[in-house]
Amino acid sequence: MPTAKTAQERSPIPRSPETLSAERVSYLDERVRQAKLAAAVFSQFSQEDVDRIVRAMVLVGLEEAQYLARLAVEETKLGVMEDKVIKNMVATEFAYNYVKDKRTVGIMREYPERNLVELAEPIGVILSLIPITNPTSTVLFKCIMAIKTRNAVIFAPHPKAGRCGAEAVRIMYEAALKQGAPAGVFSCLESNNLQDNAYLMHHEDVALIDATGGPSAVKAAYSSGKPALGVGAGNTPVYLEKTADLKTAIVDIIISKTFDNGTICASEQTVVIDDEIYGQALGMFAELGTHICNENETQLLARTVIDPQTGCMQPMAVGQKATDIARFIGLSIRPDTKLLIAPIQGVGPAHPLSVEKLFPVLAVYRAKSLNEALKVCVDVNHRGGLGHTAVVFSRNDEVIRKFGDVINAGRIIVNSPGAIGALGGVYNDLVPTFAFGCGTGGGNSTTDNVNIYHYLNIKRLARRTQNHMWFRIPNQIYFNMNAVENVRQFPSHSTVIVTNPALERNGHIDVVRRYIPPETHVHVSVIPDAEPEMKVVMQGVEALDFYKADQIIALGGGSVIDAAKVMKLKYESPEADLDELAAPFLDMRKRVAQYPTQKSNRARLIAIATTSGTGSEVTPFAVFTDKERGRKITLADYSLSPDVAIVDPQFVISMPKNLTADTGIDCLTHGLEAAVSNYASPYTDANAMQAIALAFKYLPVAYANPRDEQARTMMHNAACIAALAFSNASVGVNHALAHAFGARFHVAHGRANALMLPHVIAYNAAVPAKFMPSPFQQGYEAHHKYAAIADLLGLGGSAVEEKVGSLIRAIEQLLDRLELPRSIADLGISRKDFEMAIPDLVKIAFDDPSWRSNPRMPLMNELVELFWKAYEGRSRTEMTAETRQQQA
Amino acid sequence: MGEVSMLLKIAEPQAAAQLRAAQQKLSEAGELAIDFSEVRRLDSNGMQALLELASHADERTVKVVLHGVNVDVYKVLKLVKLDSQFCFAA
Repeated sequence: MPTAKTAQERSPIPRSPETLSAERVSYLDERVRQAKLAAAVFSQFSQEDVDRIVRAMVLVGLEEAQYLARLAVEETKLGVMEDKVIKNMVATEFAYNYVKDKRTVGIMREYPERNLVELAEPIGVILSLIPITNPTSTVLFKCIMAIKTRNAVIFAPHPKAGRCGAEAVRIMYEAALKQGAPAGVFSCLESNNLQDNAYLMHHEDVALIDATGGPSAVKAAYSSGKPALGVGAGNTPVYLEKTADLKTAIVDIIISKTFDNGTICASEQTVVIDDEIYGQALGMFAELGTHICNENETQLLARTVIDPQTGCMQPMAVGQKATDIARFIGLSIRPDTKLLIAPIQGVGPAHPLSVEKLFPVLAVYRAKSLNEALKVCVDVNHRGGLGHTAVVFSRNDEVIRKFGDVINAGRIIVNSPGAIGALGGVYNDLVPTFAFGCGTGGGNSTTDNVNIYHYLNIKRLARRTQNHMWFRIPNQIYFNMNAVENVRQFPSHSTVIVTNPALERNGHIDVVRRYIPPETHVHVSVIPDAEPEMKVVMQGVEALDFYKADQIIALGGGSVIDAAKVMKLKYESPEADLDELAAPFLDMRKRVAQYPTQKSNRARLIAIATTSGTGSEVTPFAVFTDKERGRKITLADYSLSPDVAIVDPQFVISMPKNLTADTGIDCLTHGLEAAVSNYASPYTDANAMQAIALAFKYLPVAYANPRDEQARTMMHNAACIAALAFSNASVGVNHALAHAFGARFHVAHGRANALMLPHVIAYNAAVPAKFMPSPFQQGYEAHHKYAAIADLLGLGGSAVEEKVGSLIRAIEQLLDRLELPRSIADLGISRKDFEMAIPDLVKIAFDDPSWRSNPRMPLMNELVELFWKAYEGRSRTEMTAETRQQQA
Repeated sequence: MGEVSMLLKIAEPQAAAQLRAAQQKLSEAGELAIDFSEVRRLDSNGMQALLELASHADERTVKVVLHGVNVDVYKVLKLVKLDSQFCFAA
């Protein structure tokens, strides 16, 4: 067995041997050893076991309440025996009433809707300091709390309350043992002193210090470095406001301030009374057995019951009767006087009676206004009462709320006695206690009424939340040749068509106009064929305002449709702050910036796509630039999605070949990234897979033969279907790279995607260096998804790696058929220029929100590597060799 | 210090008495194996007896192996830091 450590070894604070004898150290170690064994054994007890023990202890405590009260008064010479009986009963009966049905073993509470379970873990050995003012009631209360929570306690009563404290512990211990509690679960230090406390506070096997007492005990507890519940002194301000029910208030104050001769630290100390009721209130106090001191008597009291050196109350006055105090200081009062009231003119060192007085002396202050009254209460609160208790008597709810706002107190008692009110359970629904947490203002760790939950380590079993997912798409999608005819079914008084110059010239706009009902006023807003600018958007909003539009038809590619989305947003909600709405977010449902729901105008947005790629006609995204400030703004919210999408291939038949290739690859990238996204779902998979299959089959045909109506139709559908997938599953790192590169070197978005695509597939299919933390991710499966796509396309291969390789080669072959560049170098960008751009490209790509749903979290060095791979590309020879090998 | 290995199976109600009896025989055994598989819970007596046994075993340099200790009892031994005094086996 290991030898017991000495106090010197155990404590970080050097202690000279003469302060604590070896025998005493041995005695204290033995108390701790027994408590530790008891706590360990106790940890196996069931809820039923502890509830049975607690009930038996409470019954014994109630039976012995009077005996223990008498002992406490006899030994401490403080307080009122009858009141101490009440205290002992509150400490047992009220505490029991609160804890009896609470679960403190195993599962404490369950929150099925949050997938959370709280489990109880006992603390172990608690060192409990017991105050002189409430020795037996505090012991009774803490014994009940400890048993309910399966902890062992070593009690250290105030030296002047040692016998009654020990007797209370003995009574509780024997009651607990009779019901099977483990031996050693409670012990009480004999002839306790500060050195004992200091030693135990640093003992390695003491888990928690529960120090109820004066500031020095609390400070020592917190200074020990152990977890501590140090709760102590107060200075309770009371505001007696003019609307208060005076008859009740005066009696409540007297009850509280004279209860146990004012020894409860939550009792009233200074009553601030409104000028209007001051005289009446004092008159009522006087009628009910209170002596109102004149100026000389007040000065006499201030000189005698307050220590002029420290400014604190004189210990000899604590818990004494009003008549005894008066006799002691030579004050002549009626023999039935129960309370001394001393009018004061301020708070602070010049007004000694404005401090805490744990005896029946009450300061009063006459306030000329609400503001003055509250300020004086704040002064009292800050003169030793921070975090403790305050009391307000008023019928005015606003006054009560204001008092609650300005006063820093853990317990703000309304229209009831402070001392008994703060104990909880008698006058209100506060948790019953004999230890008042005073928060940081009082140097404590809590403002709570200390109870069982402070005697437990509460463990939280957090099950994985099954995140709700979504599949949100526009209300109506019309597709196939001449789908534009459906425009006629939407009534409108005033329609603004947003388009670009080329579409205006080539007659597409006339096709659309043909189907707009003749009674509709139509205005055409032509915007440049480029990524929309803020200025252009705001001009569009002006047009919408001017024509009081109730419908917007966006006819164009991504730029036009995106511009129309932002115009609609600003038109309907002019106060929308686009900068704020563009703020980055990790989870759309928890984003800080919320899109406006209040709308001053309403306009239907019909999006007619004239390219087969972006799918903007169904997406909740809009990208535009603020040239004046040189920044690109990306908005994302389902409120941006068009109300109606029209996917009519007649508008893409004339699309140039290079645009067909660029936008087609954009569509394919959308499908591929949505398929492997962490946000992918069976709903998005269905759309992503369909779009990939259509693009693989029809993109080369549409490129080779632009007039092929079926190929154009299918590619137009593919772009929209891919957009349905990525509108809900988002995209990935391919888009992050392409956005950064495309913007820097002015390369079309689809083409930039194409340059990255083979490398990103290979990257995502490899085991990630860093997994993306995402509750949506159900294991790593990007490589399996790529393999499934290869199977869908009939690319061959048996092992997953082979299938991924087949997919990459098939994509490369597709890029060749579309005559797209296979490396950034092919674009004529010099190695030197590219190398210089890399740091910025990586930074921008990493800031891009697109990769947040990527199955692999990109590291900076990986982004660098991906950019270089895209720069070098894979040679056709290399690829052909691989294909031959594969075929062999 | 003998070479003999001794096996002791203990059951809950008599655990303390059985452990104390085992103490007396410690000098006879180089290794003491105790079967805890039927012990679900340790009471104060049992805990005290186990502590004493650990102390005696330490003095006589006898290795004590506890077999089949369930996790609840194991946690109790951890709480009082008694786990380091014994060896554990399935």
